[in-house]
Amino acid sequence: MTVPLRTEALGKRSRSRWALRDCTLAVGEAEIVGVAGPNGAGKSTLLGLAVGLLAATEGSVRVAGRDPRHDPAALEEVGYVAQDAPLYRSFSVGELLELGRRTNRRWDGGLALELLGGLSPRTPVVDLTPGERAQLALALALAKRPAVLLLDEPFARLDPLAGRHFLQVLMEGAAETGSTVVLATRVVADIERVCDRIVLLGEGRVRLDAPVEELLSTHRLLTGARRPLGRIRGVEEIVRERSSGRQLTLLVRTNGLPIDASWSVDEIGLEDLLLAYMAPEQLQAPTPPEPSRLRWHG
Amino acid sequence: MEFHLDQRSGLPVYVQLVQQVKEALRLGLLDVGDQLPTVREVVAGLAINPNTVAKAYRELEHEGLVTATPGRGTFVAETLVSSSVRHHEELRRTLLAWLIEARRMGLDEESILALISSTVREELDRRVA
Repeated sequence: MTVPLRTEALGKRSRSRWALRDCTLAVGEAEIVGVAGPNGAGKSTLLGLAVGLLAATEGSVRVAGRDPRHDPAALEEVGYVAQDAPLYRSFSVGELLELGRRTNRRWDGGLALELLGGLSPRTPVVDLTPGERAQLALALALAKRPAVLLLDEPFARLDPLAGRHFLQVLMEGAAETGSTVVLATRVVADIERVCDRIVLLGEGRVRLDAPVEELLSTHRLLTGARRPLGRIRGVEEIVRERSSGRQLTLLVRTNGLPIDASWSVDEIGLEDLLLAYMAPEQLQAPTPPEPSRLRWHG
Repeated sequence: MEFHLDQRSGLPVYVQLVQQVKEALRLGLLDVGDQLPTVREVVAGLAINPNTVAKAYRELEHEGLVTATPGRGTFVAETLVSSSVRHHEELRRTLLAWLIEARRMGLDEESILALISSTVREELDRRVA
């Protein structure tokens, strides 16, 4: 069984800067992975490399075992929804569906129509709302029944209602096709409920790569009185520390042992957790953390 | 049946789904032979990961409450009504007596609920430990 998406020490340099480096990932069948990170972290670069739009500077990327840059067969296995869902604006919905049918060897027109819901094939693309346009781009990508569906900030421009609807259609399509889904976004709240796993990128590097459930179950917020910090029972690593007055708040990764009872222990949501890994220096006061503390992975 | 999610419950989504099916089984809202919504229906409604729904259904299957027939769907195999409802009346009577006692000692509704939920948690922890 070939892995739907695999990268090995993948890197891309643009001018003097590495947009992505040392990226090694394997995404399994029907897995839904969220790629998170701030602007410029390397999310679009990773997706661009996987769909063959960009050439790797070093390392390799394989889709269903094939090289997306040089093997046209690889492209049959990739569905790609780019930022802002660029579509031929002079076409109608039906004409785009027809174009998809003619240009793809594998094409499930019935699925595309189902995913479009009540959208009339006669509607010109130019008349669609941003939400409908995103939905159309998604339906076109899923009608290929691709091994891997890549989405780059699909709901950056959508209002919350349209964003929610987009996710519903995406999950319905994923359930129907069994496609592996890789979803890049800055807004983690959008994807918390849909991802099996999160890959967090920062400055072109993989900072974190773990199942969502594991992240949530192994991270805790500890609150207690400020005091010299020795080793705390139950704590594997301190991700971030923050103090105000006499109170100290720690975001920690736990090691499975019961946590020292002198701390009050709370769970932490995925969004707060990733923000802490993304921008520890902004949230931290007064002294910056040692860089090594922030690298759990990569 | 229709699923809903409580974002603030802190419980993993699959656990919430399992609990809602069990709740429906206990209340008799689902009966043997009833079909659970398909994975596709659930994810289209809630915008959640299909793997999460599959995990919840596997868990229910593992507990013998449902059976999955490939290509047809997931069906209720056992109801939880018989085992619990029989004892409801007796338990309700004991609870009522306890509530009257608690009121007499001056506990208001909030304190009563807090006491009950903390005791339930404590008992649960003891069982797990």
